[in-house]
Parts: sequence; structure tokens; C-alpha cells
Amino acid sequence: MAVGKEVRTKIGSIKNTQKITRAMEMVAASKMRKTKDRMQATRPYSKKIGRIIKHLAQANPEYKHPYLIARDVKRVGIIVVSSDRGLCGGLNSNLFRKTLTHLMQWDKANIDVDVCTIGSKAFGFFSNLKVNLVGQVSKLGDTPHLKDIVGVIKIMLDAYEAGRIDQLYVVSNEFVNTMTQRPTVEQLLPVVACELDENLSGHWDYIYEPDAKEVLDHLLTRFIESKVYQGLVENNACEQAARMVAMKSASDNAGNLIGELQLIYNKARQAAITQEISEIVAGAAAV
Amino acid sequence: MTMTVHVDIVSAEKEIFSGSAEMVFAPAEMGEVGITPRHAPLISKLKPGEVRLKTADNEEHHFYVSGGLIEVQPHMVIILADTAIRAKDIDEAAALNAKVKAEEALEDKSGKMDYGQAQAQLAQAIMQLKMLDKLRKRGG
Repeated sequence: MAVGKEVRTKIGSIKNTQKITRAMEMVAASKMRKTKDRMQATRPYSKKIGRIIKHLAQANPEYKHPYLIARDVKRVGIIVVSSDRGLCGGLNSNLFRKTLTHLMQWDKANIDVDVCTIGSKAFGFFSNLKVNLVGQVSKLGDTPHLKDIVGVIKIMLDAYEAGRIDQLYVVSNEFVNTMTQRPTVEQLLPVVACELDENLSGHWDYIYEPDAKEVLDHLLTRFIESKVYQGLVENNACEQAARMVAMKSASDNAGNLIGELQLIYNKARQAAITQEISEIVAGAAAV
Repeated sequence: MTMTVHVDIVSAEKEIFSGSAEMVFAPAEMGEVGITPRHAPLISKLKPGEVRLKTADNEEHHFYVSGGLIEVQPHMVIILADTAIRAKDIDEAAALNAKVKAEEALEDKSGKMDYGQAQAQLAQAIMQLKMLDKLRKRGG
């Protein structure tokens, strides 16, 4: 008896899809834990470096590093951090939409934009737009290293020092919690972290080796790098969280679909059996 | 009781060490420095080399750093370690690499880039088919 063969195959194929999405959900869940740890591990460094910079800026009021001076904005640089892979819900598209609104604002104000991308999704998106793409890096995997992204940062820092760009932003997803990821645009240059809000007691200064200027140069570069790196690992954690949620809802939807199809199949089967019985009964009555 | 100084060794990727030590040796740029508690405030760049700690219970810890920075305050030492050996020319090579990659990928219209375009075309074709279907239904 071949009742509802199509329905049965359909149920089978949806079950297979559900298996895949469930597996991806579990993989994402375990990866998320790791990426979250990595995200937290980067925090002490940037916290400490930020404090030293604050202190240095206060101790050396006469030396103004170019990274600390605001200029008239004629051209800005942005570094867009995205994931390498898809299937993570609206994570990347939300980020790009946020970026686009900023791009439009700058466009209105007649400000040109240079773009560097980290991650292949961002590159795929921005290469189709009419923006000036100056650098990209992708396929960094689940454990990105700082040295992988030094190149794109260097491009932007050089452009800033040469006066080609007057501001630098990094666009990435902020990890609020597992359910929520928020796209953020953060200004890196000129450095704004140096608001002198912290009242350091006593007037003392460091002994500098080799000298204050060189140390500050070194520190500011590292500070920017750590900021971008932090954005990258945070975005990674966001990707896994978003994928986990997306895959969970996909599995749930597949479950609902299977339930509905099963109902249709059962009804068809019952109708076929009823029909067969009534045929037999009718045949027996006729004899 | 011996005096100790709190030491934090951190890199951009992770925290490497946090604890107290009697003495810290670090490869500063102007020569190796040994730091005991109540050292005068000091900031110095570090060369690639070994950081050694002597803890209160006479244990020695060794860490390799590939450059970085050391900040010393009377009761605290912070070492900001680089995660890889960094030099101006290496950084520049990385920058160039990132730029070339972008240009290459922009040139390269085969492979992955085609995939995105194909997807867009597919979506368009589906929309057209739907439109045709609608028109046909209205006509029929």
C-alpha cells in the first residue's frame, strides 16, 4: 500500500535537515563557550594599557601625539569586522546596515571613506559597493591571532599619520548576551579614551626608557591594535551565539513542519484504509 | 616577612601571569633590569627575551616575551607582552599583504565572488518567475 509516498519522503528530508541544524547548534554552543573565554581574556590587557596611556597623557602635557589631536574631518577610515561564514541569523546584515547608515551620513557631509575589512562576509559585501576598499584580511578561523590583523591596522594608522584620513572607526558586534548582539561603531582615532577623568594623586612621573615619546608611540599603536583585536574576538563570540540561536529556531521550525506533515500523512493513510474497507464491504454486500 | 610586589603579565590575547613576586627580571631595551619591591616608577620597552620571577616561596617562573612594555610602580609591575615578534619591516610587509589581498580579491571575479553574484541573479530570476506566474493566472 503506497499511501502518501511524497509526504513520507518529505518528512524524511526534513528530518535530515533537522539533524544537521541540531548538530550545528550544538557545535556553535560549545564553540561559543570557548570564544567567550577568549573574549574575556583580552580585557585585562586593554584595561591596563588604557590606564597607562591616561597616566602618560597627564604626565606629559607638552607632548601631543598625533593620535591624541582631533583634526577637521575630510576623510574617515573604517575597519569592518564580520564573520567568515554565514548561517548566523541577521548578525552580519545588521552590522552592514548600521555601517551603511553611517556611510550615508558621511556621504551627505561630503566626507570620503576608506574601508578595511576583516572577515570574508564584510569583504563580499563591500566589494560590491562603491567604496574605496584599501585592505582586507579573512579566513582567520576560530582562534584569530593579533599578528593576523596587524596588516589592516597598519594601513589605517599609516593613512592617519600621513593625513589621508582624519578619523578611524571600528565596526563590530558587541556581545551583550547570548540572545542579543549589538552592532557598534567605535571611534579609535583620535583616541578618546584619554579624557582625564581619573584624578591621580600625587605628582610623580615615570623614569622612561628610552624616552617618553617613543614609549607613548609604542603604547598608542598597541592600544589601537588591542581595541581592534578585542572587536574581532567579541565578534567571534557573537557569531557563535547568533548561529546557535538561529540553528535552534531552525530545528524547532523543522520539528513543527514534521508534525504538520505527519498529521497529513496519517489522515491520508486513514482515508485510504477506510476506503478499502468500504470497498470490501460493498463488494461482499453485492455478492 | 619578605616584601613582595604584585606582578601582572598580560598579552593582547590572554592573561599570562598574575601574582606576587620578590623580584622580577625583564629584558628592557637598554639592558636587563631587576626589579624589587618599592622600585621607582619606570616605563620601558622590552626586547624579545625571558622574564623571570622569584616568588616568596623561592620558586622561579620563566616566561618568554617577544617584546612589549614594562610598567613599574612601587607595589606593582605590569608587563604588556607582545604576542609575536614585531618589527617595523614585518608590520609593513603585513600591511602590504592585506592590501594586495584586497586588490587580488577585487580582481578575481571567479570562485567565491561569482557565488554571491549568482545568488543575486537567482533571487532576481525567482522574482521574475513569480511575476510571470501571477500574470498568467490573471490572463488565464
